[in-house]
Amino acid sequence: MIQVRKLVKRFGTKTVLNGLDLDVREGEFVALLGPNGAGKTTFLRILASLSQPSLGEVRVAGHRLPHQAAAVRARLGVVSHTPLLYGDLTAQENLRFYGRLYGLSDLTKRIDEVLALIGLTARRGDLVRTFSRGMQQRLAIGRAVLHDPDVMLFDEPHTGLDQDASAMLDRVLKSVAAQGRTVVMTSHDLARAETLATRYDVLSRGVIVASTTRQQLRNSNLLAFYKRSLAD
Amino acid sequence: MPRAEKTFRKESPVSAFLRAIGAVAWKDLAAEFRSRELFTAMLVFALLVIIIFNFALELDISTRRSVTSGVLWATFAFAGTLGLNRSMSIEKDQGSLDGLLLAPVDRSAIYFGKVISNLAFMLIVEAIVLPVYSFLYGVNLLQPGLMLILLLGSIGYIVVGTLLAAMAVQSRTRDVMLPILLFPVVIPVLIAAVKASEGFLSGGEAAAIVPWLNLLIVYDVIFTSLAFMVFDYVVEE
Amino acid sequence: MQAKPAILKVLDVVSVLLLAAAAYLALVFAPTEAVMGQVQRVFYFHIGTAWTALMGFIVAGAAGIIYLAKRDEKWDIVEVAAVEISLVFFLITIVLGSIWARPVWNTWWTWDPRLTTAAVTELIYIAYFMLRQGIEDPNRRARFGAVYTIVGAISAPITFFAIRLFRTIHPVVIGASDSSAQGTFAMTGDMKVAFFFALFAFTVIFIDLLWNRILMGRLASRVEQLKLNLTS
Repeated sequence: MIQVRKLVKRFGTKTVLNGLDLDVREGEFVALLGPNGAGKTTFLRILASLSQPSLGEVRVAGHRLPHQAAAVRARLGVVSHTPLLYGDLTAQENLRFYGRLYGLSDLTKRIDEVLALIGLTARRGDLVRTFSRGMQQRLAIGRAVLHDPDVMLFDEPHTGLDQDASAMLDRVLKSVAAQGRTVVMTSHDLARAETLATRYDVLSRGVIVASTTRQQLRNSNLLAFYKRSLAD
Repeated sequence: MPRAEKTFRKESPVSAFLRAIGAVAWKDLAAEFRSRELFTAMLVFALLVIIIFNFALELDISTRRSVTSGVLWATFAFAGTLGLNRSMSIEKDQGSLDGLLLAPVDRSAIYFGKVISNLAFMLIVEAIVLPVYSFLYGVNLLQPGLMLILLLGSIGYIVVGTLLAAMAVQSRTRDVMLPILLFPVVIPVLIAAVKASEGFLSGGEAAAIVPWLNLLIVYDVIFTSLAFMVFDYVVEE
Repeated sequence: MQAKPAILKVLDVVSVLLLAAAAYLALVFAPTEAVMGQVQRVFYFHIGTAWTALMGFIVAGAAGIIYLAKRDEKWDIVEVAAVEISLVFFLITIVLGSIWARPVWNTWWTWDPRLTTAAVTELIYIAYFMLRQGIEDPNRRARFGAVYTIVGAISAPITFFAIRLFRTIHPVVIGASDSSAQGTFAMTGDMKVAFFFALFAFTVIFIDLLWNRILMGRLASRVEQLKLNLTS
């Protein structure tokens, strides 16, 4: 689903991604871990077609970025830590806006489905301004799955959420992923990442330095693995 | 297994493009209708400027008539920057510009959607200022010909303003940047609009008005095309 | 690091010589104009600097378009160089214009099309540099610079026509067809020599300055690169 070869991203003379290689198969849930400044957000933005690579090849859902960016965007759902929602509109209106922008068919039905999925049917007519951060994040996920994408990118979705909200978010994430989508999620929260994802990659100083799966980790824990991969 | 076939409407690219423009414009108008922040700011500002002009230029009736066009357009130009700034800032601050950029539509659809909503705000403010000015200064401004000039001039202003606002909002000095960028390049619109309005208000001879209308139309067409071509470069990364 | 190419050094010398020659032609060789007197000699330099500024204006616009098409940093350097030169030379033109205007029309400034457009173009240039100043990312800085240059390059001529439609008291020099404008004069043979030589000299001066400025730009870019290599 996602193939990245020798990806380089420079901002002026600063190199953030330095020859990154990555392969994600369909249906995998990858947790992308790494220290601050490693380039996780930059990488996700490139996959999301919001940023252009300086060098290298990126393929998502069979299309090359940046040339076939529009085709990629139709198959991609993105949740970053800013909710990308309009506070002065209701939850329903936000979804309707994105649905119309994307040109979705059967929009009303789809909105009902999504609201049920994220557990916000009761609050559909309320202004997003009045939502708690947790509810906003759930609505953001709703927005991101509205067009039924094959690939989902989450950039630190648990940021700013308390325990209850995070648990609720996990439920939504799991049901979203269970529908066969390919997911890449960056996270600082190793414990959460361990339960949600089935594969863990560590990004450090612009390249992937280590990768493992839940199966391979069976006898140790993610924290130890993470620390080890950064120590090299 | 691409799910895309069932999810998206089957429509021509043009239809999708127009739909996206409509969605963006509607979103801006609906959100603004709820909060009315932007609109109130523009309107209050415009009215204050008109009143200040009254004290700044103490004039008798006949002189007043001849400066009306200039005062009006100066007011709209200043109030306009408030609206433009705010409209773009909302997207930038909430990061929702990314949300728009993620949509599988041509980027210029975002541009045109914004132009339509910005234009709507400006025209509504003008629609309120005109009768107020007429009332305060005893000049009848509620004439269709004048409204045409207002429309053409506003289009030129907003078309360039939206493009430049998208740039200004991404710079460090964002609030002061827009007027500085916008005013020098929008001077032809102001000149043409003021002269056409003047010509109209003082008798309406075609020869005094038509060349200015032509200039406005030429400006509008050229810059709409240009903005359409370069907007991508302004929002990409 | 490259040294200044020999041909550019030669061009530097040639430019200075041409300037001196043009000065001679303007101040000594050309006959004194009947109506305006000695002050009219300013005109030759005024036209020369205006010509240089205009060339800078056109080169800047072209460089902007080419940059957006090719995304090669060198066109951004050309663009900045051209805008800088044009900024300075329009300023000189305006000042010389004032010096000429005062004794002839008894005013320091006239709101005529050419002068006013020059002033408006100055403001566009200043806005240009302020815009660039406020942007960190060099790629974005170059893109925005190019877009604004193109907007300015199209807007300024329209401003000119708009003002011309508006009023004119700028003398019509070649041909003197509109002698109702005050301060018009017809050029005699010797004056034409000084005039065309001034145009030629200032063309060479423009090329010399542009080339030098581009080299400076490249050096600056290289220094930035070296600085960042050292600190990262």
